[in-house]
Amino acid sequence: MTTTDLGMPVKYYQVGSWAVGNRLLDPERRSGQSRLDRSNALTSGHRACRGCGEALGARYVLDAAMRATGGRMVTVNATGCLEVFSTPYPETSWRVPWLHSLFGNAPAVASGVAAGLRALGRDDVRVVAQGGDGGTVDIGMGALSGMFERDDDVLYVCYDNGGYMNTGVQRSGATPPAARTATTQVVGPEPGNVFGQGKDMARIAIAHDVRYVATASIADLRDLEEKVTRAMSFHGARYLHVLVPCPLGWGTESAATVRTARLAVESGFFPVIEAVEGEVTSVRRIRRRVPVEDYLVDQGRFAHLFKPVRRQEVIDHLQAIADRNIARYGLVEPVAALPSSAPPAPTAPPAPPVRPEVP
Amino acid sequence: MDRSFATTLAVGSSLANRTGAWRTERPEYVHRIAPCGTACPAFEDPQAWLYAAEAGEYETAWRTLVERNPFPAVMGRVCYHPCQTACNRSFLDEAVGINAVERFLGDLALEQGWVLPEAGEPTGRRVLVVGAGPAGLSAAYHLRRLGHEVTVRDGGHEPGGMMRYGIPTYRLPRDVLDGEVARIVATGVRIETDTPVTDAEAALAEGWDAVFLAVGAQLGRRAYVPAGEAARILDAVTLLHDVAEGARPVLGRRVLVYGGGNTAVDAARTARRLGATESVIVYRRTRDRMPAHDDEVAQALDEGIQVRWLSTVAHADAGVVRVERMELDESGFPQPTGELEDLEADTLVLAVGQEADLALVAGVPGVEVVDGVVQVDGNLMTGRPGLFAGGDATPTERSVTVGIGHGARAARAIDAYLGGPGVTPTTSPVAPNARPTATVVTYDLLNPWYYADAPHAVRPRLETARRTSGFEEVVQGLTTDTALFEARRCLSCGSCFECDNCYGVCPDDAVIKLGPGGRYEIDLDYCKGCGLCAAECPAGAIEMVAEPT
Repeated sequence: MTTTDLGMPVKYYQVGSWAVGNRLLDPERRSGQSRLDRSNALTSGHRACRGCGEALGARYVLDAAMRATGGRMVTVNATGCLEVFSTPYPETSWRVPWLHSLFGNAPAVASGVAAGLRALGRDDVRVVAQGGDGGTVDIGMGALSGMFERDDDVLYVCYDNGGYMNTGVQRSGATPPAARTATTQVVGPEPGNVFGQGKDMARIAIAHDVRYVATASIADLRDLEEKVTRAMSFHGARYLHVLVPCPLGWGTESAATVRTARLAVESGFFPVIEAVEGEVTSVRRIRRRVPVEDYLVDQGRFAHLFKPVRRQEVIDHLQAIADRNIARYGLVEPVAALPSSAPPAPTAPPAPPVRPEVP
Repeated sequence: MDRSFATTLAVGSSLANRTGAWRTERPEYVHRIAPCGTACPAFEDPQAWLYAAEAGEYETAWRTLVERNPFPAVMGRVCYHPCQTACNRSFLDEAVGINAVERFLGDLALEQGWVLPEAGEPTGRRVLVVGAGPAGLSAAYHLRRLGHEVTVRDGGHEPGGMMRYGIPTYRLPRDVLDGEVARIVATGVRIETDTPVTDAEAALAEGWDAVFLAVGAQLGRRAYVPAGEAARILDAVTLLHDVAEGARPVLGRRVLVYGGGNTAVDAARTARRLGATESVIVYRRTRDRMPAHDDEVAQALDEGIQVRWLSTVAHADAGVVRVERMELDESGFPQPTGELEDLEADTLVLAVGQEADLALVAGVPGVEVVDGVVQVDGNLMTGRPGLFAGGDATPTERSVTVGIGHGARAARAIDAYLGGPGVTPTTSPVAPNARPTATVVTYDLLNPWYYADAPHAVRPRLETARRTSGFEEVVQGLTTDTALFEARRCLSCGSCFECDNCYGVCPDDAVIKLGPGGRYEIDLDYCKGCGLCAAECPAGAIEMVAEPT
């Protein structure tokens, strides 16, 4: 994916576009997070755990949205970790207009904010709703589906840490199979979360044929920022699903949050894709493929797959999920051939283009 | 109207909550030592000058480089680059072509006429350097920078020592050598050629405050080879010396070179260029045990040089050399087998080692010569106070790079001996006698994910047909584009290069970016000590340090 053109002019940079910034790159072409004047929509003093992936993801997303909208936006926040750690009475860490809502009604509140703004003739102010995976794929899913169906002008962002972490790490519809949570304990013949349940919210959103759906992770900042910017270029219902590892719930070192997200993507366990109006239009290809075991092995929630005895069949089952993602989206082929039951829309490119790299 | 609490809440009021109190470890920006720098016998710090070169600031890069080594254009051609052997990038794809970038900088400096830093404030001290080779000239350069008056005496007709008389022009063109030597002379070094020093004690008696012996190992070792009277036998050092002086000795069509070092390879390649259609190296052991550098051997093989592995010369006579096949015993030592073979050969060239001519220290009180080399202490001083020695004439690996490093070390030691601070006028200490003790960055301290993929830029080579017909330079330089590309392959091991990763990945917005060149600070009021900045630092330039309990 990296341009290493040896011809004129030199297009190669020490860290290319993988790092946050790059002193050799034109400032305009560095990531938004490298800027001295970034919004810091979620500022210091919040009470998220050490190494919180969600706090990082929220700042990445909202800073990019602030830049895309020139700061003219409203945020609606579902109850969850993100709300609890950012707004304990009497403080707030937010530096964006921000509305509290209930656990399950953030999409509905956001729809209402969008309707209200429209009624006031304020088409210059954009709406971003955000919540965790519990509030999104479980409790708020009905409201979210309605928001999609009505094509309300809202970008809904789900920060997926795979469980109800705020209340003590209970299982959600986004918890991966075999993972240990407070409600899927390591007991019985098939310990941890069950296989065959759970929801792939990005695919559910795509099935609504909404304007724009994307997945991303905190391990690829450039990709995430581009997707937020792209999402804000559309009007209507949009959905962004961001993988945000949780050191507390996943049993990882606080310093390993970004690495864990990277392994989720590089193993194929978490596919990073983009879809416009119901069609997958691009995928972020795996750069250095790793077996899914590399992703699992340092997570406490999967420790029972390796100790006291190795449960190879469970590891194989999880590998099969990654392999299926890789096959479904063409995550490793040099030229992706997307399996598609429906004929591609006339405007859709024959194969999803690889995300253009800042050279 | 009373407004509700939520609408009066100040933006970002959580700043009142100093989460830094949670911390058990704090990140600290550190400068660790890159492996290339510890590997360099000439005390260069390639990471430091590559940093400037990456940004296209070539003059800054060159100036950083010549702080340590005044011969980048020579080094970029003849150094066997232990820096590249140590380079962490080899674990990622291939080592950075440090040597090629060094040559590019060296050539650019000659082309642009960049001058070396001026001599230091005069100290009134006078130092005599014996030998105008790499060690002697390097010492002279550093001594001038320390403000001493320096005279270099050399028995040769022109300065350069082995760089001129030992290394063939196809590896080191003379205009390059002349240019870099002239630049040293321009700092005020007096060079007296055709002036051999035959008595070190007498030289000391002339009133020099210190004398540095850098006489090299100029004599070809004469191995005993049973030979008929009509056999034509030369030693490689003499052959290379004569060719360097412009002679074109007649060697015949078939030349046998006996030996396995770089000199043997140079002699064989020179013979080829002098018109030998068959140039054969005879070596006792196998290729993996050959002391000659692999790249030189590969280039020689490309040029049609043949090698008889596991062979010794048993007897030489007119037109024929008898070789004996050897076998390696369990300890890897070659043992004779008694199997003999006659090879046609018009000339036999011996390249079985070199020795220093140390007649000049014979009888000097306190100077000890063991195994043909002068014994020195950690400061390169001999047993005779004020008499220093370095380079090939002392116990060391023999290479131009080592010689240059010895020169820098000797200059520092001589300066200290003369009462100076032992450092250059700049802030950086030149040529520390001991290796730095700071952590050397191993590959596991890096986060290689962030480095863009890039293969090594290969220096173009002269086609083989043109190589064997003359003494044109074989390895060509990098272009500006490829040099920049190669410099940017540097991983910057152990040194911040302002990639902004720490500033970006902090979930607590507790890294303060200070702007271009200013790097970063940790905001300890809010840093929770998660360690993400350290884990995601590509260069291993952040260390987590336990908070005092």
